Parts: sequence; C-alpha cells; structure tokens
Amino acid sequence: MSDLVNINIDGKPCAVPAGLNVIEAAKLAGVEIPHFCYHPNLQVAGSCRLCLVSIGTPARDRATGEPVLNPDGTQKIAFMPMLAISCGTKVSEGMHVVTNSPQVKAAREGVLEFLLLNHPLDCPICDKAGECKLQEYSENFGRGRSRYVEEKNAKPKKVPVAGGRIMLDAERCVLCSRCIRFCREIIGRDIFGFIRRGSKNEISVYGDDGGDSNYIMNVVDGCPVGALTEAAFRFKMRPWFMRVVNCVAPESSAGVNTNVWVRENTIYRITPRANPFVNDSWTSDSSRYEYKIVNSDLRLRRMRVDGAPCEPGYALSRAVDVLKSDPRIAVVASARQPLEEQFLLAEFASMAGAKVYAVSHLGEDDGFLVSADRTPNMRGLFVSGLIKEYPKPDLSDLAAEIRMGNIKTVLCLCEDATSLGLEEKDFKLANFVYCGVNDSLTARLAKVALAISSNFEHAGLFINRQFRLQKFDKAVCAPKGVLDFSAIAVKFINAFGASLAENPDIGQLRMRISEMCPILPKGCETGEGGVVIDSSAFASIKFPETKSLHFLDNE
Amino acid sequence: MPIQERRILYRHIDVEGWNPSIDCYVKNGGYEVLKSAVSRPRAELCEEVLKSGIKGRGGAGFPMGMKWKFLDRKSGKPIYLICNADESEPGTCVDREIIYKDPHQLIEGVMCAAYAIDAKQAFIYIRGEYINGYRILINAINEARERGFVGKNICGSQYSCEINVTRGAGCYICGEETGLISSLAGMRAYPRIKPPYFPAVMGLYDCPTVVNNVKSLCWVPIIFKEGGEAVSKIGNPKDPGTYVWGVSGQVQKPGRYEIESGSATLGELLYDLCGGPLAGRSFKAVIPGGSSMKILKWGETFKVPMPDGSAREWRVEDIPLDGPSLMACGSALGSGGVIVMDNTVDMAEAMANLNAFYAHESCGQGTPCREG
Repeated sequence: MSDLVNINIDGKPCAVPAGLNVIEAAKLAGVEIPHFCYHPNLQVAGSCRLCLVSIGTPARDRATGEPVLNPDGTQKIAFMPMLAISCGTKVSEGMHVVTNSPQVKAAREGVLEFLLLNHPLDCPICDKAGECKLQEYSENFGRGRSRYVEEKNAKPKKVPVAGGRIMLDAERCVLCSRCIRFCREIIGRDIFGFIRRGSKNEISVYGDDGGDSNYIMNVVDGCPVGALTEAAFRFKMRPWFMRVVNCVAPESSAGVNTNVWVRENTIYRITPRANPFVNDSWTSDSSRYEYKIVNSDLRLRRMRVDGAPCEPGYALSRAVDVLKSDPRIAVVASARQPLEEQFLLAEFASMAGAKVYAVSHLGEDDGFLVSADRTPNMRGLFVSGLIKEYPKPDLSDLAAEIRMGNIKTVLCLCEDATSLGLEEKDFKLANFVYCGVNDSLTARLAKVALAISSNFEHAGLFINRQFRLQKFDKAVCAPKGVLDFSAIAVKFINAFGASLAENPDIGQLRMRISEMCPILPKGCETGEGGVVIDSSAFASIKFPETKSLHFLDNE
Repeated sequence: MPIQERRILYRHIDVEGWNPSIDCYVKNGGYEVLKSAVSRPRAELCEEVLKSGIKGRGGAGFPMGMKWKFLDRKSGKPIYLICNADESEPGTCVDREIIYKDPHQLIEGVMCAAYAIDAKQAFIYIRGEYINGYRILINAINEARERGFVGKNICGSQYSCEINVTRGAGCYICGEETGLISSLAGMRAYPRIKPPYFPAVMGLYDCPTVVNNVKSLCWVPIIFKEGGEAVSKIGNPKDPGTYVWGVSGQVQKPGRYEIESGSATLGELLYDLCGGPLAGRSFKAVIPGGSSMKILKWGETFKVPMPDGSAREWRVEDIPLDGPSLMACGSALGSGGVIVMDNTVDMAEAMANLNAFYAHESCGQGTPCREG
C-alpha cells in the first residue's frame, strides 16, 4: 500500500494515497470534479480547463520555515491566487481543495459557455446524448444560456474514419485530445491529430486513419462528447433505454472486462469496463462484436437426435442412453465454458470413468489485450482438474483411440471435432453426444446434439491469463429450447448415480466448487476487479501467452 | 541631465564601418571570450552567471543562472541548449537587430553557454518570417565553423558542439519554451504541461534542455569577460544589466534604445530618447513590454510600496524601466517592445486589432484561449 496523505476537500478532511492527482483524490472523497481531457489511463494534457479548482497548501514562513498560524491557532492555508487544474496537480500533505467556491463555479461556467460557442447543440439528433459529458456538465455546472450571437464556426460533419467504423463529427468536438493521446500512447502511432489553429482547431486524420487497428474503437468510448461515434451502433438505441451487464470478453485469455448493453433481450453493443488490473479502460475491437453469436445463423437452436430435430426432454434422455451405452467413454472439454460448468464436467468424467481431452485454440499474441490463447478459460480446465498438461491444438489423440476401438462413446463440448482431426468415419466407430452453441458438421454427425446457451446467456466464472478469477453476469436469455450446460451436466451426473439438485442455482454451484477446490475463494467471491488465485500448482505448465498489458508486468 | 544610452548588447549595431562578417567581429576582439572560456571549469562559469543575477530576457524574467542550475545532470541524458529567436510578440523587434547585424555575438554567446552547461547540441530556433536572419545565421555559423569556434574541438579544446538553426513556421506560440520544444522536435507546437515537462528535466526529446532568449545568451560572454559581480552592478541591483527597448508607435523617433535597467523612467525614454509625441498630439496609452502586457493609461497613477515601507505615487511617466517596478504597477517588462499610442488612436479598435491577433495565433489547446 502506498502512503496516505491528509488533505481537505471542501472542508471535509480525508486521507488519500500519495501521488494521486486532485481529481482522483476528490473522487475517493465523493466529490465530483468535472473534466474532459483528463483520462486515468492517458497522460495528462491539461487543456480543457474544466477541472480548475482552488488549491491551498499550509503556509510557512519563508525565512524560518515555521508554519504560519491563524489568530485562532489553526494552521493558515495559503491559497494560490489563481485556480489550478486538478488533473495536473498532485495531492500533498495538508493540501486544501475547494471545488464549490464562487470562483470555481464561475470558471466552470466560463469554460462550458466557451465550449458551447461553436458547438452545434444538436443533442436531439446526436447519438451520444444521454451519455455525453458536455451535456451532463452543462446541465450540472453550466450557466444555462449562451450570450453568443455571432455565427458559429462550421467544421466537417459525418466524416467516416477508421475504415468507416467510426463517424467523426468535428463540430461536436471539445478538443480534449483523448483520441490523439490514445492512439499515440496505446496504439503506438499517430492517427488522429489537430489541424488548424485557434477556434478553427479541429480533429482530423490524415492518411493512416487507423482502419487496420484492432483497438481504434476505444477512442469512441474515450470521447466525452459525440464527436466520435461507432458507425455500427449509431442510431440503433438511446443509451438510457439500455441496461448494462458486467461481463468478461470471451475472446481470449486476457479476460477483458466489458459492459454489455441490453434492451429487451437484445444486445446492442459491448464497451470496455475499466479494470486497472486487467484491461485499464480498453478492449479490442474484435471483442466488441462477439455478441453476434447470440443471433447468429450458425447457432445450434434445436436439439437433434440422429440428425432429426426434437424436443429437449427427449434429446436429453437419448443422450443419457448413449453415454451409458458403453463404459469406454471420453469427454472433450472446452476452455470456452465457465468454471462452474467445467467442474460439473469434471465430476461427470470422474463418475463415468471417462478420459478427458481438450483442445487449445492459439493465435497471434498482440501483446495487449488479445492473447495467444483464444479461449477465455483455459486456466479453468486446470483448476477444475480436467487436464494436467497444456492441450494440443487438435484431437488427433482421441481420433487414434477411437480408431483403435478404445473409445466408444464421446461427450463433446463445443469443439467442432471434424475440423480437429476426426473424420466422418470416426463417428461410426464411436457414438457422439455433442453439446454446443454453434451448429457444425460434428453436431450433424453426432448421435445426439444438444443446444446450449452461449456465454452471454448465463452467468459464470472465467480464470484469465493472470490466474485472476472473474465473474460475469447473464446478459440475455437463451432462445427457447436451448439449455444451460450446467442443467444438462447435472442430469448426466445424476444418471451415473449422484443425486444433485436439478437446475442448480449459480450461488450453490459456486459454493460447492469452492468447497471442492481450496485455492478458490469461498463461494468464488471475486469482488470488483476479480481475485488472483494461487497458481503455484500450475507453475510447470507452459502457457503460450507473452508479456502484455498487466501480464507478466512485475515478473 | 538627459538620460544616456548604454550600449552593451548593441555595442556594434549601427556603428560606422561595422559589418556582420566574422573578420569584422574577430578584428574587434570577438571570440576571445570563448577562447578563454573553454579552458575554465564549467562550475565556475555557471557560478559567474548565477552571481550576475541576469534575468532571462524573453519576457518572464526568470534568473538565467537558476535556470542553468535546475538542469538535471544526473540522468545521464544529453543536455541541449536552445536559443529562442522566435521573436513574435507584437511590438518586439530587438533580437532581430542582433541576428541581422551582429550574428557572431549571438553565436559566441550560444557557444559560451553551450560549453558552460556542457550541451551536446545547440539549436537556434528562429522565427519563420526572419528568412534573411536565417540565411545570415547559417552563413555566420559556417564562417565560425571554419575557424574552429563551432563544431569539433572548439578553440582547440576537447569540447565539441554543433549549432543547428531551425526556422519556425510563423506561429506565435513557438515563442513559449515548451511549445518551441515541441515544434523543434517535429510535433505540433503545443505547450506542454509542467509538471512533468520542465525543460530543465524533460525538454527536447525528453532530455534536459535550457531555453534562453537571444539577448540572454548575448549576455553570457559579457558575464564571462567582466565577471558576474561586475555585471550585477549595472543598473537596478534587483534586475541588473541593460535593457533594449524597441519603441514603436506614435513618437518622434521610434527605434531601439539600450539603457541600464532602472536608470530611466518610461517618461524619460519616451520624451528624451524618443522625442516625445508627434507634433500637436499627446500620449494616450503605452504598452511597456509587448502586446501581452498590461496597457498603461497615460495619466494613471500607481501607489507603489517602497522597500523602506513607505508608499510612493507614480504617474505612468515616473515608472522606472526595470522588471520589479513595472510589476509593481501591474504590468510587466515582457519582451521590451514598447508600443505607444497617442490621442488619435481609437483604443477599442487597437484592442480589437490585438484581439484578432491573439484569436488567430491561439494554438487551440486550452479552452479559454481557443474559444474565448
């Protein structure tokens, strides 16, 4: 823990960590200081001047260095004659911050009035309305009306940038330079930039508009106003109609925290959720559209037995029959399933005496938030005890066993076995029960295909590359006729002699697995930013991820 | 007694027979200070500058010796010296004379300072509009390099330093030191936030950097030659040295006048040296130090506290020409560009003119300046 310093904000004493700037310190003290250009994960620009506050430090006698006291014996506070930017000022012992004086109020009103001079005031047709900082601050801190009667500066509108994925509306811009700093500091190259000077100053792109970057959409989230809007989301839904669900991106083992925006069982967009230990305030562009799986044409929507659609109850009972038909059984576990389901699968595997196979899905590690392991929960397979070694990228071992006649029944989770080394003839040698979100050749060849819910349709836990246990909530309901794998797994386990409660509650499941596995916190409580679990038991395993944001930082 | 000019920086300017070539400069004792300086210990030279108490001539009036002292020498990064010749404050035209008519004085100053702070590379950032000044400087540097005053092993010593002359692109903000540094590094000339971008710690290319005005650097050889103490005795001891006042506007004899700081009042400068207002007119207002300083209204009086505790009342013409006195009157010395306006000037129009300038030159970074 860092040292604390005692400061006073609006007359309220509080202790905050040393080294914080005044904005963050005030946030801890429950005081909001409005700001545009300041962003916790970017360098301080200090240009918007909205965060001006009055700052004073304990007065000291210049000659002797002795504290100067008020007549009543209290420490005298020497306030600076001019207001200071709170984003660029670090707290110091005894500092006094005043955010509610008439001087501060006047400064805020002035800045907001200035910002609205050349602003088109087109909130009714602006996609940002409702989550726009300029709107919010003008309402809370502005003076309510403008004195400006001259003509406004016209700037370019509806300029497609980033390969058409972002719309730039320079008139709405408050020139906070967050997008410029994001591209320079996080993407690592200059994409946005200022052109012109003075009140004609505007944001623009030249040549490289960032269309090939997998992180450019973060400038949309960073934009405090409606200058940069997401082309795919524009005019689809007003933010105040949507509900925000805390999720974790299933894209890779980075475990990026996301907000999923939902209205009436439809997901409209995914934005990053700040987690200073995992993804700061960012997410990859590719992770933003993963919700498309929910309504995708590729989705397995109906249960099938021998290729014919049927009711879930019948499919389940047929699946149990298949699994019990031969003791030479194998399961193919998936690193895309949440930890709770992996534990249930592990339980099933041990009761059925099944051999466990898994597949790794590898890609290029971009050194940031898309890691080499493209599954969200590979660590979960280890923690649940399903596997002991890092799996191969295919199922060739399983194929060999099937061909030798050692495996007669396979419970395959999510993996499309036909693209991983199994051939059509193997499905005649062994009986397959496939449980998956996507339809595939495997699903069509399997004896029984069970449609299960995607990671947006159930709550769960993922363990990311840092061995950080993170939970995600259910964003939408699964389509009719699609079941949670946990419900299916309980049926299978009970069929092999156990007596678990049907349709288990997520809390009960978590409590149960935390009792089974001592390295997990009680009830799998993860708190806000997730908890790092003890990974010493897995130290010898060679994971493919390379050094990137908050990963292997201090190792 | 009418006040006298005391030409120190301007000692060669407008002198009969003087030309900007190196021959002329060397013949008159030029580069002798540099020759002797490179054999003296650096700490001693820096100490002399500190002792002289000379304040930066750029406008802010920060003591030059302190600026050098703040340099981060522990980081191991190279140190850069930048000469700020982006003289873009309206009404200011003092550095221009030195660059155009006595470039070697500046080059000697730059090299002396570069040696004293152990700079790896020196830059002269010259205003884009001074295209001839740029050519003159390039030519002068080439001349000086041929004679071993610039470049490798200066004056036969172990010390080597090049001077790079960079032209601005006509932007007021490049006169601000961090803006200048951004511009010099090839970025948009946006001033940078302090902290952390104190030039002495994180300046050009994030290395420790000293940015000094042309006139400040011209003082360096004089300090080295005469000694810091001798220089500190010139003029007002609180703000030693001379100031060159570039008087423009409605006076009989506009021009540049170098006088000891505090030795004359604003009235003496305008009446005795500049010959007073044009025939049949009277003064209305004066901007003492470049257009961003506060305008003084003719006829205004200021109550100024004296060191002994008493207060004196000054009319505008009574204000002594030095930094502290002008500060006491609410204005500042700035860049030394005196703009005089007489009774024929429409003040609203004059202000609108200045406003238009600042609106046009606003870099656009901060909201109040950009939109205001």
